[in-house]
Amino acid sequence: MSDTHAHDAHADHGDHGHGDHASHGTRGSYIKGFFLSVILTAIPFWIVMTDAFKDPSTAALVVMVFAVAQIVVHMIYFLHMSGKSEGGWTMMALIFTIILVVITLSGSIWVMYHMNTNMMPMQAAADM
Amino acid sequence: MNDTLLKTIFGRLTLESLPLHEPIVVATFAMVAIGGAGLVAALTYFKVWGYLWNQWFTSVDHKKIGIMYIILAIVMLLRGFSDAIMMRAQQAMAFNGSEGYLTAHHYDQVFTAHGVIMIFFVAMPLVTGLMNYVVPLQIGARDVSFPFLNNFSFWMTAAGAVIVMMSLFIGEFARTGWLAMPPLSGLAYSPDVGVDYYIWALQIAGIGTLLSGVNLVATIVKMRAPGMTMMKMPIFTWTSLCTNILIVAAFPVLTAVLAMLSLDRYIGTAFFTNDSGGNPMMYVNLIWIWGHPEVYILVLPAFGIFSEVTSTFSGKRLFGYSSMVYATLVITILAYLVWLHHFFTMGSGASVNSFFGITTMIISIPTGAKIFNWLFTMYKGRIRFELPMMWTIAFMVTFTIGGMTGVLLAVPPADFVLHNSLFLVAHFHNVIIGGTLFGMFAGINYWFPKAFGFKLNETWGKISFWCWVVGFYFAFMPLYVLGLMGVTRRMRYFDDPNLQIWFVIAAFGAALIAAGIGAFLMQIFVSIRNREKLADLTGDPWNGRTLEWATSSPPPEYNFAFTPIVHDLDAWYDMKERKAVRPVSGFKSIHMPSGTGTGVVLAGLSVAFGFAMIWYVWWLAGLALAGIFGTTIFHTFNYKRDYHIPVEDVIASEDARTRQLAIQGA
Repeated sequence: MSDTHAHDAHADHGDHGHGDHASHGTRGSYIKGFFLSVILTAIPFWIVMTDAFKDPSTAALVVMVFAVAQIVVHMIYFLHMSGKSEGGWTMMALIFTIILVVITLSGSIWVMYHMNTNMMPMQAAADM
Repeated sequence: MNDTLLKTIFGRLTLESLPLHEPIVVATFAMVAIGGAGLVAALTYFKVWGYLWNQWFTSVDHKKIGIMYIILAIVMLLRGFSDAIMMRAQQAMAFNGSEGYLTAHHYDQVFTAHGVIMIFFVAMPLVTGLMNYVVPLQIGARDVSFPFLNNFSFWMTAAGAVIVMMSLFIGEFARTGWLAMPPLSGLAYSPDVGVDYYIWALQIAGIGTLLSGVNLVATIVKMRAPGMTMMKMPIFTWTSLCTNILIVAAFPVLTAVLAMLSLDRYIGTAFFTNDSGGNPMMYVNLIWIWGHPEVYILVLPAFGIFSEVTSTFSGKRLFGYSSMVYATLVITILAYLVWLHHFFTMGSGASVNSFFGITTMIISIPTGAKIFNWLFTMYKGRIRFELPMMWTIAFMVTFTIGGMTGVLLAVPPADFVLHNSLFLVAHFHNVIIGGTLFGMFAGINYWFPKAFGFKLNETWGKISFWCWVVGFYFAFMPLYVLGLMGVTRRMRYFDDPNLQIWFVIAAFGAALIAAGIGAFLMQIFVSIRNREKLADLTGDPWNGRTLEWATSSPPPEYNFAFTPIVHDLDAWYDMKERKAVRPVSGFKSIHMPSGTGTGVVLAGLSVAFGFAMIWYVWWLAGLALAGIFGTTIFHTFNYKRDYHIPVEDVIASEDARTRQLAIQGA
């Protein structure tokens, strides 16, 4: 980042919600994150390849739970996100993102479900 | 040469792609070519190419980039408006068996191009340009967070505009309407290049928009002057922050949905096709998830401008600052909860429609609260009816009407009657012209003296204002009437002769608006000619309240020799009240980012890439893409990214300002 701000001109700069630099992690935290993400990737593969669950939708659900866990691991160990990093801005951005993603996904599913039920009788006819 | 070789070299580009059979297009091309050649010749004759390249095109100065955005928008406004007046003329003529003068093939391109250009290449650059210019000054910063990215963003937007303009003369533009809904925009129904022009213009410009959104969010969050807490940020900075958050969150959706459409068109996937399990309704759903936030992206900065203008020209602190901030935040979130109101009629059930109808009505509440805040700011104020304030008042009246018709459309049963009618067309022009465009004119008149050091001529400004406002009412009130009578949009020909009078009135309105645009250009021309008389030597021509007015007009390259310290919401007004003394000594050399031509090169390569993809010239596409990656990697090894303005230069320009202020007796 090319910060052109006047760091030289003002000693009192940087104390106003900048919260300055987030930690960049240690070798230990990176290794921990790496192993966690490998494990969280391996288990879903194992579930799918060995047909561990009889019901495919249960398997899909479990895999999705692992996917979410994977996202959290990445955010904590690789993106160094915490409640305090960047003066709380990353957490705020995360919450905002989650709200929007939830709105968009649940809204789209709801809307498209309605559309499919009401507007696409052709599909049902074709299936018969 | 055989056919395969020609195809390999030129893709589907042939001599027939040139619209030589369209006299209107040929005449336009002749005019553009002569004008363009004249401009190039003039620039060469006056030897300004070097100056333009060094001082403007490669500049990373947010002020210059902001100005370039606005120039781009004004140029594109002329194109978008020619489309508008062509449609108005066609619709006023095509009655009683007359076919008008536009073929259906041409007319469909005209209304598509009008929508695309006005939203993406007029409104967006105006908004981004003003934010770029004003935000760093308002927060007491020397530039944006990522100055090179800013230059790159501008050129990508310009590249998108170039691609749209190319479609006028090589091939054709989409004939699908401005959102290019499939299945019409799919390969089966639009096999020619029109939709591809649309896709690549928006994708390339979209990169610019998204990156400039990231840039401004980072700037506002990280680079505010000491003491400027979130709740001491000027309201325009607040609305800019929310706008850019909306951009960052919404534009990826547009990118994704257009990428899926291009996959459908290029490699035969079936996301939005009628067959193979595709679902065109998903496209409508996704594009409006971007599209609704987009309208708030356009209008929130205008709200910010009106807030600054109202408070400055009423000589009062803004009424209800915190309610204004919260209203903006509420709009930011709610903007994502209303998208379905654009397709009530597509067949969702009653529960879905009522949910989105109600959220739409709710979003009018914070907007209404803002209107009252502006009214209460004016109440008992010493209002100066300068041009920015006139635009603001015209906005308040016009936008309220547009808002009310919007709430009417939010009622699903009413929407079933009015959907895709001219009532809808009148409504969104009512809010986009009455909101965004009036706001941008208020902003241009307000900040012009800051940007160039002289005020804009008032006489021509008033002529432009009255032509625009009166012209707007003449042009769009008839459309409300027609819409209520059931006339649908995008019609080229009408059977019922009784409707003609309304279209004639609307065409008259469009002619008035044309006069308004002419007067606006005249206003700029006359002001440049009389710049000595209109000069603003104080840097604060309107008795302003926020930090940008603390600088000279135009501000020095580095904006502030010392970063200001903020104690109050109206920081500059507070400084004036406390008789804060401007520092006249102790200057240091200033660390600044240096300009680079990489942005221009990347954008140029992107145009080549887009053009190649549109015409299936695969070798050129590959070459251009390799060029883009190569240039990007090469640029990362450019370590000469900054320089220091020597302290003597800083002292010289600050001393000049000191003398100027002394003459003024300030």
